[in-house]
Amino acid sequence: MPGSEHHHSNASDVRTLTKGVSLWQDAWRKLRCNRVAMFSMWILVAICGLALLTPLLPLDPPDRDRTHLQYEPPQLTPLFRPTFSLDVKAIQKTSAIVAARGDSQTLEQRQQAKDVLQKPYRAAGFPDLGPLSRWMVGARYWLFGHWSLGPVAGRDLLGRDIFSRLFWGARVSLIVGLVATLVSLLIGVTWGAVAGYCGGFIDDLMMRIVDILYSIPFIFVVIFIITILGQRDIKMTLELVGIDRITIFFLVVGAIYWLTMARVVRGQVISLKHEPFIEAARALGVSRPAIIFRHILPNLISIVIVYLTLTIPRVMLFEAFLSFLGLGVEPPDVSWGLLANEGIKVINPVRIYWWLIVFPSVALGITLFSLNFLGDGLRDALDPKMETK
Amino acid sequence: MISFLVKRFLWMIVTLWVVFTVSFFLMRAVPGGPFDSERNLPPEIEANMMRRYHLDDPLWKQYWRQLSNTVRGDLGDCFRRDLPVDRYIREGLPVSAALGLLALVFSMVLGITAGIVSAVYRGSVSDLTLRSVATVGIALPNFVIAGLAIIWFVFLFPVFPAAGWGSVRQLILPAFCLGAPYAAYVARIMRTSMLDVLSQDYIRTARAKGLTQRQVVLRHALPGALLPIMSFLGPATAGILTGSLVVERIFYIPGLGSHFVQAALDRDYTLAMGLVLLYTVLLYTMNVLVDISYALLDPRIELE
Repeated sequence: MPGSEHHHSNASDVRTLTKGVSLWQDAWRKLRCNRVAMFSMWILVAICGLALLTPLLPLDPPDRDRTHLQYEPPQLTPLFRPTFSLDVKAIQKTSAIVAARGDSQTLEQRQQAKDVLQKPYRAAGFPDLGPLSRWMVGARYWLFGHWSLGPVAGRDLLGRDIFSRLFWGARVSLIVGLVATLVSLLIGVTWGAVAGYCGGFIDDLMMRIVDILYSIPFIFVVIFIITILGQRDIKMTLELVGIDRITIFFLVVGAIYWLTMARVVRGQVISLKHEPFIEAARALGVSRPAIIFRHILPNLISIVIVYLTLTIPRVMLFEAFLSFLGLGVEPPDVSWGLLANEGIKVINPVRIYWWLIVFPSVALGITLFSLNFLGDGLRDALDPKMETK
Repeated sequence: MISFLVKRFLWMIVTLWVVFTVSFFLMRAVPGGPFDSERNLPPEIEANMMRRYHLDDPLWKQYWRQLSNTVRGDLGDCFRRDLPVDRYIREGLPVSAALGLLALVFSMVLGITAGIVSAVYRGSVSDLTLRSVATVGIALPNFVIAGLAIIWFVFLFPVFPAAGWGSVRQLILPAFCLGAPYAAYVARIMRTSMLDVLSQDYIRTARAKGLTQRQVVLRHALPGALLPIMSFLGPATAGILTGSLVVERIFYIPGLGSHFVQAALDRDYTLAMGLVLLYTVLLYTMNVLVDISYALLDPRIELE
């Protein structure tokens, strides 16, 4: 992010990094002039922050069902209700039990330990939580006690609070988008940089592989892989090894979305290869990997950042698409795609539960909207050629 | 030109072979056959069924048989239903093609118009509005668009029927939902390339000659600006094929997309593989057409 380069302004850094800093400062200056992009950036920061702090907020737990309140429409009064409860004593007891057991060796023991540890949280209506989230839930109970926010965005079929599910869904959707994009980035940049720099026969071969992969309708293959791996017995085996559907999703998406990145990076590397500073490095006897990773890759950062902000929304859309077909995130986890899907399912001519469709769509829309605008803004800001226009 | 086509055709064969091989071994790598989830059959009947579908042969023999059958154009019978795969394709393809083509035409017309307006009136209110609408179109998944469209046009203002297949009116809403994201992409690409072209010297010359804005934009700038759109046609086709999975399911349209999802969920090996191969051919052909049209539009580009 250009913002992080901002603190480089002490004197020695400026002298050694004059060129680099000025490029970033220039980009930051241009980005700041772009009001839409800045606005999008702050929205994204807010969304990520809220998603991160979700367990700390006084929201109804996302999986707490109250079937007698099925399809309760959104209501603002009373805003806070004393409905939250957490069995703190049980939590203390379970952590003592788990600590007493020590390291569990077999997979089954580990599974049992996990069940014991998660039980009080599951009872309160949370999905399986990591250590940090567990701590935050405890802190929330300490801070807000029994108070939690009422159904400001309505309730679904099982009487679960949509507003809270949106927040918890944000965590999954954002993480999925980010990690899967990073996987694709890693493969794509390495592949493209190597192909572009080596040139000749290696380049031909590597790009031919990309061409072949491009013409495979991957999404169909992915659907196929996921349904096969979702088969019950296979799923059990995979889960014991610690691979759940989200992990599979990361790998699969990473494997598809690197293709474009590889092409873009290759093109850029080929044009960089003939720049005088690379010739100079080569003349000085710098090794091939060192030239690729130390001299060429840093010059690709601007393209990579732009591509990143434009790929994340595509990946999030893909996750939503898979969740719609019932192949994405599985309950008790929630994602925005899953929520939208639940909304679409209950469309019927008699009653329209609009809040089930509108709120998830708005959340997904705003995030993707901001990412797209920020990506465009960054592209304009980081492209030195725009100067002339 | 001929050598280009021959070369591309050969690469298509290679691609198809890769897809075939990968999906064949993927399907067979899974424990349990396609008859797995059904009620327990007597062993004799199961053996008979295995023999009927040659599942008891060694793997390489199955592979070879299916490969040679596929080359001869015989995609085999479905596992789940006793119908040949060809029949599903014959019935589903026209349906999906009609839907997809309408969506494509719709997205092109709407996207190009919006892109031109947005570029010519750069920075104006209409530019900002169109860009925002385009970003929303890109940002929202098409099932969300479909859901909102159904609420709006079927229940609140009953203009279109909710689902089904047969009449033109039933086609419009699905085609809109399918094409909307691509209209948005096309609008964005069109805006960028139009801005690019409008800053070229020959446009300045055309303006200096005293041509009207309309003539400059439509006659001089448009052909050049259309090039990136042509190259987007490939990905757009792919996307529309993909989107049809969802849209056909929402609107209950008996096209290839809904067959594919069902086949994947049922683990109907032959049907799923036949459809994946068909999708590959469609995509590849579209990309070749795009390359050819590229060369036709821009004389500087040569087909190699």
